[in-house]
Amino acid sequence: MDVRSQISMVFHLDKCIGCHTCSIACKNIWTDRKGTEYMWWNNVETKPGTGYPTKWEDQEKYKGGWENVKGKLKLRSTGKAKIIFNIFHNPHMPSMNDYYEPWTYKYETLFNAPEGTDQPTALPISMVTGKYMDIEAGPNWDDDLSGSPIYAENDPNLSALTPEQKSQLFAIQRLVFFYFPRICNHCLNPACVASCPSGALYKRGEDGIVLIDQERCRGWRSCVAACPYKKSYYNWSTGKSEKCILCFPRIESGQAPACFHSCVGRIRYLGVLLYDADKIEEVAKKSDTELVEAQRSMILDPFDPEVIQAALENGIHEQVITAAQNSPVYKFVKIWKIALPPHIEFRTLPMLFYVPPLLPVMSSFNGETIKNMGEDFFPDFDKARAPIEFFGKLFAAGNNSKIRYVLKKQMAVRTYRRAVTVGDIEMDLAKKMLLEADCSVEEAEAIYKLTSLCTFNDRFVIPPAHREEAIEMLRDPLEYKQSVGFGFKEEPKRGS
Amino acid sequence: MMQNATLFDYFNLFWFAILPYIALFTFFLITIQRYTRTGYSYSSLSSQFLENKIHFWGLVPFHYGIILILIGHFIGFLIPKQVLIWNSNPLRLYVIEVTAFIGGLFTLIGLVNIFIRRLTDARAKVVTSNIDWIVLSILLFQIVTGLLVAVFNSWGTQWFAASVAPYLWSVLKFNPNIAFVTPLPLTAKLHIIGAYTIILLFPFTRLVHLLVIPNPYLWRKPQLVRWYWNRKKIRTQRSI
Ligand code: HEM
Ligand code: SF4
Ligand code: SF4
Repeated sequence: MDVRSQISMVFHLDKCIGCHTCSIACKNIWTDRKGTEYMWWNNVETKPGTGYPTKWEDQEKYKGGWENVKGKLKLRSTGKAKIIFNIFHNPHMPSMNDYYEPWTYKYETLFNAPEGTDQPTALPISMVTGKYMDIEAGPNWDDDLSGSPIYAENDPNLSALTPEQKSQLFAIQRLVFFYFPRICNHCLNPACVASCPSGALYKRGEDGIVLIDQERCRGWRSCVAACPYKKSYYNWSTGKSEKCILCFPRIESGQAPACFHSCVGRIRYLGVLLYDADKIEEVAKKSDTELVEAQRSMILDPFDPEVIQAALENGIHEQVITAAQNSPVYKFVKIWKIALPPHIEFRTLPMLFYVPPLLPVMSSFNGETIKNMGEDFFPDFDKARAPIEFFGKLFAAGNNSKIRYVLKKQMAVRTYRRAVTVGDIEMDLAKKMLLEADCSVEEAEAIYKLTSLCTFNDRFVIPPAHREEAIEMLRDPLEYKQSVGFGFKEEPKRGS
Repeated sequence: MMQNATLFDYFNLFWFAILPYIALFTFFLITIQRYTRTGYSYSSLSSQFLENKIHFWGLVPFHYGIILILIGHFIGFLIPKQVLIWNSNPLRLYVIEVTAFIGGLFTLIGLVNIFIRRLTDARAKVVTSNIDWIVLSILLFQIVTGLLVAVFNSWGTQWFAASVAPYLWSVLKFNPNIAFVTPLPLTAKLHIIGAYTIILLFPFTRLVHLLVIPNPYLWRKPQLVRWYWNRKKIRTQRSI
């Protein structure tokens, strides 16, 4: 057992209102520099939809992530041989057209335009070339456009649906959609790290954050092609790749990452998970249907004395273990089992988990009317407005029973709370539903509290980083007194 | 030779006995200094992200061509005798000459496409600096002179091994013997001068990406983890 600690995340999709505040918070801090204008380390997608970059989930197109080829874990297109031969031109690397060309507006024209009979307009200009341009796409171009034949209908996850389900999904009376905020998953088996020819990417031992060493990156861009979530980006100006850093300077000082901190819907949870690093390869090789359960099984119980002992021996601080015991992520993922990894079939073992949204699923469609409850009090998930297969494809590698479990439990908790607060449902019935959904009354209360009444400190349990101790082991801080200890040694500007 | 030296001899002396040392000295000094002081600036500076179509037709033939040709030059330089022995069979001589020529054509086609791409694509232009133009121009010069030599002074693999290789070795041994190269035709001389210029400019340009071509990659494990503390040491106070 090789116990390691990982800062992990849960996004509760029922709570996301699609406001994009998270994206803006991130952009303002990290990606408003030249060459990064097009990057959204945090982005929010409408599902069904094509996302950003367009159709990123379609690995026939981008060939990212891992495959299990006859018992061997292989990078789909960014293994050693393929990278060497494609290094001059990577055929699977997305180009700016797959994202969008960033633009601003020429606001001066509002003031300078000669007097005339028409209103002056601020024309869009490209942030790459500085020339006038026609805007054809943006980072959230299909926002709220479920049902659109150009965007939503091309969602790669729809491949799990029958043609009938598909046409029903987009019938105007029953149109559904939900939001899907995304950041780097800080995976346990990151394809980006494995693919880098220069070894510039690495996972931090202490907290599992995946970073790109800007000094060692040589712009071969294999991480961009390798990451199946397209969460590593190429800075066309500096000639280096960049990605979400989970705001590690904030985490190290006990603050939540900017997107977490600013989240309006309070959908985001952050906490420590202890896991067994010896199991990574074995788990990543499991068959699609086993993957969710296998990943869950490598997450260790932070209350188990054996685990605690092994963690301490591995140099994990007591306070980190305490944080793991209080981790909201541990509860959602391991105890309640209602948070699932996105597209785990890419086999990078993502450490960001999603609570699938109940809302669009809950109501089933019966003839011309939309019903909210089925005969056995649970809605008929298989006739739901948003087909369960869609969520199965997105969050369970096709193992729909996992989704059914989550939705059932959420539904039961909701009914139970309604019985408590409104009282128009009989408590006996609510409890029966809880039983059916594998949920005790205590658990239901806990889920309810952490979902609805969670304070800042409930949502973000950030262990002290103890960088002060760490740094003292490596160098004497007094030596660096009165000097600049943070940031670039040289200006991060484009070389020649 | 110096007694009744003509201006021409001084030219030869400069281009073939002095320039090489300026070039090599600058090359080593600046690349090492650049790597240690501003290692961040070492990058392929890829622009595939901005323009993805002509890119293929430029970068791929160019690189495959130039790498083949460069390896050829190195072989001729390192083991000239073996090359001459190989060439003693006319068929083998043909094969090697034709391969080299095709490699040269690939390089040329690729380079022309790189030029077209950087001249026509608005986004690619944004990341094209003056020094890029200098690099591309000198490379074009080098390939054109190389191909001209191949066409008009054929069996280059033969006389390269016989005269250029010994000359290059004499330069490396700090005892330059320019008598080997003075009789060469003008195009060949220009080609040699071009090579020195490239070496001279090398450390100031994007060509440094050659020095950081990935190799640890081939030997390492897929996943990399970095620890900011010494895992064993830091917790010894607790002695667990
Ligand atoms: C030996 C291994 C080499 C590797 C791995 C390599 C890799 C690369 C890469 C990845 C690029 C960026 C392409 C892009 O825009 O996406 C590039 C560009 C370039 N390389 Fe190389 N290269 C190698 C050898 C060479 C050699 C031998 C030369 C010439 C002496 C050369 C000259 C160039 C030039 C001039 C460019 C810029 C092309 C442009 O203007 O777009 N490379 N190389
Ligand atoms: S999401 Fe992508 S970039 Fe982030 S760790 Fe996983 S493979 Fe790497
Ligand atoms: S800030 Fe929160 S609620 Fe708003 S879009 Fe982002 S994740 Fe959703």
